[in-house]
Amino acid sequence: MTINPNIPQGALPDKWQNYKESQQLVSPANKRKLRIIVVGTGLAGASAASTLGQLGFAVDAFCLQDSPRRAHSIAAQGGINAAKNYQNDGDSVERLFRDTIKGGDYRAREANVYRLAQLSNNIIDLCVAQGVPFAREYGGQLANRSFGGAQVSRTFYARGQTGQQLLLGAYGALSREVARGTVTLHTRHEMLELVTEPDTDGTPVARGIITRNLVTGQLERHAAHAVVIASGGYGNVYHLSTNALGSNVSAAWACHRKGALFANPCFVQIHPTCIPMHGDYQSKLTLMSESLRNDGRIWVPRTKQLAEQLRQGTITANDIPADERDYYLERRYPAFGNLVPRDVASRAAKERCDAGFGVAYDGNAVFLDFADAIARLGKDTVSQRYGNLFSMYHKIVDQDPYSTPMIIYPAVHYTMGGLWVDYQLQTTVRGLFAAGEANFSDHGANRLGASALMQGLADGYFILPYTLQNYLASHIHDGMPSTDTQAFAIAHQEATDRIAALFSHSGYKPSNNTPADFHRRLGNIMWQHCGMARSKQSLTTALQLIGELSQEFHQNLHIPGSADEMNPALDQALHVADYIPLASLIATDALLREESCGGHFRVEHQTPDGETLRDDEHFMHVAAWQHQGSGQPETRLTEPLSYQHINLSTRNYK
Amino acid sequence: MNFKLHIWRQPNAKAKGHFETYSVANISPDCSFLEMLDILNAQLSTNPVSHPVCFDNDCREGICGMCGLYINGRPHGNDDGITTCQLHMRRFRDGDEIWIEPWRAKAFPIIKDLVVDRSAFDTIIQAGGYISATPGAAPDARNTLVDKHSADLAMDAAQCIGCGACVAACKNASAMLFVAAKVSHLALLPQGQPEAKQRVKAMVFAMDSLGFGSCSNTYACEAECPKQIKRDNIARLNRQWEAAKMS
Repeated sequence: MTINPNIPQGALPDKWQNYKESQQLVSPANKRKLRIIVVGTGLAGASAASTLGQLGFAVDAFCLQDSPRRAHSIAAQGGINAAKNYQNDGDSVERLFRDTIKGGDYRAREANVYRLAQLSNNIIDLCVAQGVPFAREYGGQLANRSFGGAQVSRTFYARGQTGQQLLLGAYGALSREVARGTVTLHTRHEMLELVTEPDTDGTPVARGIITRNLVTGQLERHAAHAVVIASGGYGNVYHLSTNALGSNVSAAWACHRKGALFANPCFVQIHPTCIPMHGDYQSKLTLMSESLRNDGRIWVPRTKQLAEQLRQGTITANDIPADERDYYLERRYPAFGNLVPRDVASRAAKERCDAGFGVAYDGNAVFLDFADAIARLGKDTVSQRYGNLFSMYHKIVDQDPYSTPMIIYPAVHYTMGGLWVDYQLQTTVRGLFAAGEANFSDHGANRLGASALMQGLADGYFILPYTLQNYLASHIHDGMPSTDTQAFAIAHQEATDRIAALFSHSGYKPSNNTPADFHRRLGNIMWQHCGMARSKQSLTTALQLIGELSQEFHQNLHIPGSADEMNPALDQALHVADYIPLASLIATDALLREESCGGHFRVEHQTPDGETLRDDEHFMHVAAWQHQGSGQPETRLTEPLSYQHINLSTRNYK
Repeated sequence: MNFKLHIWRQPNAKAKGHFETYSVANISPDCSFLEMLDILNAQLSTNPVSHPVCFDNDCREGICGMCGLYINGRPHGNDDGITTCQLHMRRFRDGDEIWIEPWRAKAFPIIKDLVVDRSAFDTIIQAGGYISATPGAAPDARNTLVDKHSADLAMDAAQCIGCGACVAACKNASAMLFVAAKVSHLALLPQGQPEAKQRVKAMVFAMDSLGFGSCSNTYACEAECPKQIKRDNIARLNRQWEAAKMS
């Protein structure tokens, strides 16, 4: 199998325009006869579903929460990037493009990223028109702030709740289409299977999905002419992450089982500023926005003795004089200081903690200190900028960040890898598209802050409405899709069998065999052996431990309750059943990528001063994995990356 | 810490519910309320005859609005400006008895145990809680100036997470604060003006038809709102409503 990214002809800045001008369109009368399924109602899903509905297509939108407004995009705090250059500080589409490619450590496709940078400006226009209450200056103009990996202020924000406000904009647009009758909502539904049929050339074509109604447990069939997966990322394979508890990979993994390639699974973003872990009962890690690094300074004590005293609780941060503090990011990266990209900041924190300079009781934390900002700007200004984050921190940690520095540590946050898509966001299954965090396309090996919201909305509002139309233009004669086919019957049976298999081990068993127990154990393996630093040895260990866990899972899993009722334990079991093979794939992908780039750090491949060492000669490609059946090793395919517009260089933030 | 929990159990919408009593032991004060329920559910999972307690939750950082429990008579429990997932056990005393109930409102029927159906909120938004803007027709963002004061007030109102605590807190189960927050957010912005009149009428009509009660100005909603949305928004809603009726 060869994979073709289908990049349009022309110079980089002209490609998207060339695509739109040569694509096929569907007439209004035909649009309403074409059904599209959108799985997920976050920024990518809600923006896609609403825009497709508004164009006149018949859309079915699915989410697992009780309302589309609760998708996890809602939790994005800091902001959304755009190349508006309203600050007159030298920004441009070209510069946003270059920053994003460089931030991703030269592992993303030029054409996709250029289009993203071009569309970034349209997103801000639309969101303002929708009434998204972005921060304003006194003159009424839009305000901006800086984010990691950039030397301009291009981030638009709505206090610390930018994701919420953008999602509510998209949810409003979606709600309007529900009222107009173009979109049908299916809340509390989870996709279990993708239904495909082989095309004349043998390539699978998407025909619909099988879902589970999370209230009644009933399996349902839904047919469509095209399916969009916008179900988010797979960070919860690490159990503890900044993701919502319900966020999962199962919809994307169901597509992978049916022939959609899964690209760059080892590219996982570990966010530097999260509230540290505090106990084995913990269910999630809370992010403290990257925007805090605009004014907060990160440090640890200069000596191990002081660090030890902090860990013992005999002194506090405020007892340490200025000359005994090591502002290690400012020391190592004077050009970017505290605003280095996330992967760099995370590794630097780990390096200090591993070397014995970590604070908090277990030594896995560093300080994020606002004392200087408060002295410079006053408490009121700091509170206006970050008040909601400070109060969130205060509630969780029970310490006042206005008077004591925050303690923070890196945590799994975002996944750059995902379903492989071409320029049209189409997977290797025809008629199956992937958008937002669920696809792999734009962030390479590391995503820059405030770029996830940009990508999700670009995909949904501005890209899929064109590319899906191009696909559907050749399907106007297909007629209404039916669920009464053999393909649906088979997929329905597969879903039934998978659930039955999970229950088959369920008798009464002693404790430690619930889905939550297995999830926690899997997360530990991944965090210990496939986290911020990876080695051949750690990854081999991970693979062995995952294999053992998988066996135990399939022998001893205990799910209380039954399949024909609301049963959150079963929901979690279905997720964990998919996380286990995904975990193996992540470790395998990390093992075979014998280089360090972005968030993927192989200790064997580093510069003398501990920075990532890429191997462009052997690894300047996308690794796209093909499923070969349950329990079988997957096949690694590659899509070469070529950089014609940009000069390859070593990422340098010093 | 040790606690005695009295939890509302109800297998489905039609069944009769009742309180069941459970004990949990050795809970860390740093544990969140929902993590404490996770620990209870782990206990219940290993018992062949008991079923875990169903409760809604997702982001566990106070922004998705999915969680919402009535805890000792207060929506989201005994702390201000938080959702249930942001309540920590250090807010309780060792040995406390805790009563846990679902939201109680006619417009939010119970699905199972502590899970209720809040789709009535979606229906209200569908009636008009948006600005009709389309990707192809948006003007350049810099052409729309919004004075900082209005933008800040709009943002204050826009923070609503749609959790339903306002309805649960209200003795009339009124959705007034929820509707007021959305109407205010959009009415405060110039972009919201073209549809302002039809929006307020349609949203109030939807609210009334879905079984929410009337507002009698007790402001229990404001007291319990996890995002501390102010009752001023209700005044703004009433003013919008009167203006829309007159035109």
